Amino acid sequence: MSGGRHRAAGPLFVAPFLVLFALLFLAPLGYAAYLSLFQHKLIGGTVFVGLDNYVKAVADPLFLRGVLRVATFFVLQVPVMLLLGLLFALALDSGLTRLAKVIRLGIFVPYAVPSVVATLMWGFLYGPDYGPFAQLGRIFDLPVPDFLSDSWILGSIANIVTWEFVGYNMIILYAALRTIPKELYEAAAVDGAGAWRTAWSVKLPALKPALLLTLLFSVIGSFQLFNEPKLLWTLVPTVIDTAYTANFYAYSLAFTGQQVNYAATVSFLLGLVIVIVSYAVMLTANLRRAA
Amino acid sequence: MKVRRSTPLTIIMLAALAYFLLPLVWLVIASTKSTQDLFTTFGLWFSRAPQLFANIGSTVAHDGGVFTQWLLNSVIYAVVSAVGAAFLAATAGYGFAKFSFRGHGVGFNLVIGAIMVPTTALAIPTYLLFAEVGLVNTPWAVILPSLINPLGLYLMRVYAQDAVPDSLIEAARIDGAGEARIFFGIALRLLAPGLVTVVLLTLVTTWNNYFLPLIMLNDPKLYPITVGLASWAAQAQNGNAGANSEMLSLVVTGSLLSIIPLVVAFLLLQRYWQSGLSAGAVKQ
Repeated sequence: MSGGRHRAAGPLFVAPFLVLFALLFLAPLGYAAYLSLFQHKLIGGTVFVGLDNYVKAVADPLFLRGVLRVATFFVLQVPVMLLLGLLFALALDSGLTRLAKVIRLGIFVPYAVPSVVATLMWGFLYGPDYGPFAQLGRIFDLPVPDFLSDSWILGSIANIVTWEFVGYNMIILYAALRTIPKELYEAAAVDGAGAWRTAWSVKLPALKPALLLTLLFSVIGSFQLFNEPKLLWTLVPTVIDTAYTANFYAYSLAFTGQQVNYAATVSFLLGLVIVIVSYAVMLTANLRRAA
Repeated sequence: MKVRRSTPLTIIMLAALAYFLLPLVWLVIASTKSTQDLFTTFGLWFSRAPQLFANIGSTVAHDGGVFTQWLLNSVIYAVVSAVGAAFLAATAGYGFAKFSFRGHGVGFNLVIGAIMVPTTALAIPTYLLFAEVGLVNTPWAVILPSLINPLGLYLMRVYAQDAVPDSLIEAARIDGAGEARIFFGIALRLLAPGLVTVVLLTLVTTWNNYFLPLIMLNDPKLYPITVGLASWAAQAQNGNAGANSEMLSLVVTGSLLSIIPLVVAFLLLQRYWQSGLSAGAVKQ
């Protein structure tokens, strides 16, 4: 940090970012907040309705069902994804695995695949008649579930998201593991700690900040789930509907329902839900760290 | 300290690797098949009449070569967004790391708080605003929102803190260098590895983005590859027409072609991922 005549330069460096941030981030939020206070009526045009849209949204079964569904998705999918990412990172960092570099890259590669392509691929693999799983089931006379049916679809979406993001989380955790000072391992070894003991008592505590980061990214990712259900919807329109997730609902309201004001309300509320859940996660983590 | 390798652990990790590579292996195999063979032959092995090049030919030629246009659009959107976002994040990150000024804390915390705001929840409001000012259905509608990367700013600030020593800046000032010259002549070079990380992060996000271009663009000529492929897929799958539709082999081959550039860039530049992400993950 420095003062004096350089003081004027600081604001100039941050200004371009902050100006664009205000225009592209704060302004849309503000505009959405403004729009959410109006309703378009057949008679009388657009009228100010105060918080009516919000009152409507918090009692809207479609919105509530969408939020509940992504919350379920978060509770079911995120622990699996983060646990796998953690186990893979620990396994690769332990030095006990052969071909570690190839395996690390291979697990990370799905992150470079667009979710559109990932969903198209898995959608085909899931196919009840032509998918390879169903084909193998027929060859070996084994029952293969219909992955695109009502009872399986949420799990099938969870599998696609897990496939896409385990590698990303693994790399964040692996990178954090690489920064642990070697002396700590030596100290643990002197104390007679084996690989498991070292992982539990040295590595896991050091990973806490990175784990919190991956958890926060997962909150955001889960609650705004859209791409995978949107693309599977064209494949199985009877199983997935256009309000399947909260974000899909907002999209349908804005672009097929032409209910711009209500779509803005739903987007705004969804953003609020995500911010609240994120802060709840952070507070819980900090409380546990302090305890 | 030499560690003895574990065969059981290696086998478990290879099984995991197989899961992650399975869809990609399927995609490569499927790209060599006709639409009919996609349905009638075993999915994880080649058919009797592989026709990869014929498929690539029809994919590129379909609908007056629109596929090539989509690829080009994706390249433009992703590269302009990534370079712009990295440059903005680097200047602001450097400014927040190396200067104190009024509004410093407020400005930074405001942006960091924005990491929590989901991009898709913001996309519809952005669309509504852009519709007002006539930016909808132009390349800018996709590029502008991608220029602001709060996580990138955070990473660059953390990175600049250590990568650009205060003593070096002081020395340059004593030598009479202006602040702009210090930044462009000295700091930017030291920030290069962090910059590459932000470029990569934004590149992947923009290249893979589906929601934002989907809502912003109506004109198929402006589509990036993701929206284009999804529109083909919708045609191919429409009403479960299935084997009757010749589109499906185009969707499959197009999917393969669309992931090659990023996967290659990814493998070549992978060491930057680790260094950049570790800076963000360790210091909170």
